Amino acid sequence: MSAEATRGSMIQVSHVSKRYAGGYEALRDVTFSVESGEMVFITGHSGAGKSTLLKLITAIEKPSAGSVIINGQNVSAMKGGMIPFFRRNFGLIFQDHKLLFDRSVFENVALPLAITGFPRGEIAKRTRAALDKVGLLGREKARPITLSGGEQQRLCIARAIVNRPAILLADEPTGNLDTAYAEEIIGMFKSFNQVGVTVVIATHDEDMIERLGPRILHLDHGGIAA
Amino acid sequence: MNWLLVHLDTLRESLARLGHQPLASALNIIVIGIALSLPAGFYLGLNNLQTFSRQLSSDPQVSIFMAIDAGAAEVAAVEQRLKSNPEIGRVEFISRDQALARLKRSAGLSDVLANLGRNPLPDAFVVTARSNDPAVLEALHDQARKWPKVEHVQLDAEWARRLDAALNVGRMLVTLLAVLLAVALVAVTFNTIRLQILTRRDEIEVSKLIGATNPFIRRPFLYFGALQGLAGGFAAWAIVALAVLVLNIQLADLSGLYGTPFKLEWPRGDDTLILLSFSAGLGWLGAWLSVSRHLWVIEPR
Repeated sequence: MSAEATRGSMIQVSHVSKRYAGGYEALRDVTFSVESGEMVFITGHSGAGKSTLLKLITAIEKPSAGSVIINGQNVSAMKGGMIPFFRRNFGLIFQDHKLLFDRSVFENVALPLAITGFPRGEIAKRTRAALDKVGLLGREKARPITLSGGEQQRLCIARAIVNRPAILLADEPTGNLDTAYAEEIIGMFKSFNQVGVTVVIATHDEDMIERLGPRILHLDHGGIAA
Repeated sequence: MNWLLVHLDTLRESLARLGHQPLASALNIIVIGIALSLPAGFYLGLNNLQTFSRQLSSDPQVSIFMAIDAGAAEVAAVEQRLKSNPEIGRVEFISRDQALARLKRSAGLSDVLANLGRNPLPDAFVVTARSNDPAVLEALHDQARKWPKVEHVQLDAEWARRLDAALNVGRMLVTLLAVLLAVALVAVTFNTIRLQILTRRDEIEVSKLIGATNPFIRRPFLYFGALQGLAGGFAAWAIVALAVLVLNIQLADLSGLYGTPFKLEWPRGDDTLILLSFSAGLGWLGAWLSVSRHLWVIEPR
């Protein structure tokens, strides 16, 4: 592919297939690209391959065929030692939150910064800024278990953005939330997108998509249905 | 600078983690402490035994006793012969009067000695060789017997050599014991770290997902292993020190009865340092083996 094509494109998925041991084909010849600063929704019924696609993008799994290029880096050809540094490009918001319940709200958000190796003063400053953005500044000493579902989701978002990632990836971020909370969360994603972050959200929440009217990649049985 | 702070932070975190489960940590530390105190205690015992045997009779030596009626000229002749032998290191002359004075001082026999009309002790030379080769003294032993007015020549090397050989066997046993118990220490740490990895599975998985390198994930476990080992080393030192303290009270009675001052020495500074670094290093090794074995299993899915 030419340099023209890669310039400005943050995520480039070309002819990607993913077949698991046992023959199950989660993705079949998927091709799309996401420009830098774009906000994209990946939709589809459960089992359509949304989660698999996110795993391929974050190098949790490797494609059986095709290539995934993120910010100019070919994920399939990446060496194991590079993967940790590659993953620091992303802010990840997981369906099951993956919060650490034996650590405080502050420590949960500070973890990515500690991993990157920021000095302690800088960690405190950035962590508080991220907590402020999601409206949890007053709860920094609390344990995640004492937070409501909506607050836990916002904590997740704070952890995802604290490292100022180029790409925000969210898997069903509004899954178990009522409409008011869900709208608040989506509002946050929009504001991050407005300051230049590329946002990719996997969801089956049809209401939200209709209201926003964004670019949609619809997956159907492992293939893109345009 | 920042690098140093990161390590200090990890150290603080690992200390906090030791404190989090005081009972489990204490039990581990005690197990490690007892395991290490055995070879450390035996080693100390051997050292004390060697010091004691040196006090009794230092290096192998030959004692040459003159006849009671030997005159000054004959004594001087023997001294001349000894001093002209290049293989002989030190020649100590103990005159009859000195010998008597010593005997009075050391053995508490002054009453008996005072009743003796005359000094029953001969002039004597105590000779040590320049080298450690026992053959030199054995040769001297055979020669000196034929010198005029030499009554008796005694080779004191024999029992010292036997004791030395016994001490060497003891040292080998201590080494074997140390190796065995070092393996036990590594195994204890291995298991502790394995349990920790299992309970912190979520944390490891999330950390890997958000870009933690393997050294970053490994570091707190290695620190924990080393700290636990170090604490076990301190426990071992305390156990040995306590044993020395208690034994010295008993030995004070015993040596009072025998009239020879004898007490156990404390672990020396450099030995203590070796014990502590050894235990910390083994803890680190156990943690490293455990982390290498178990960490790759936890991959985000």
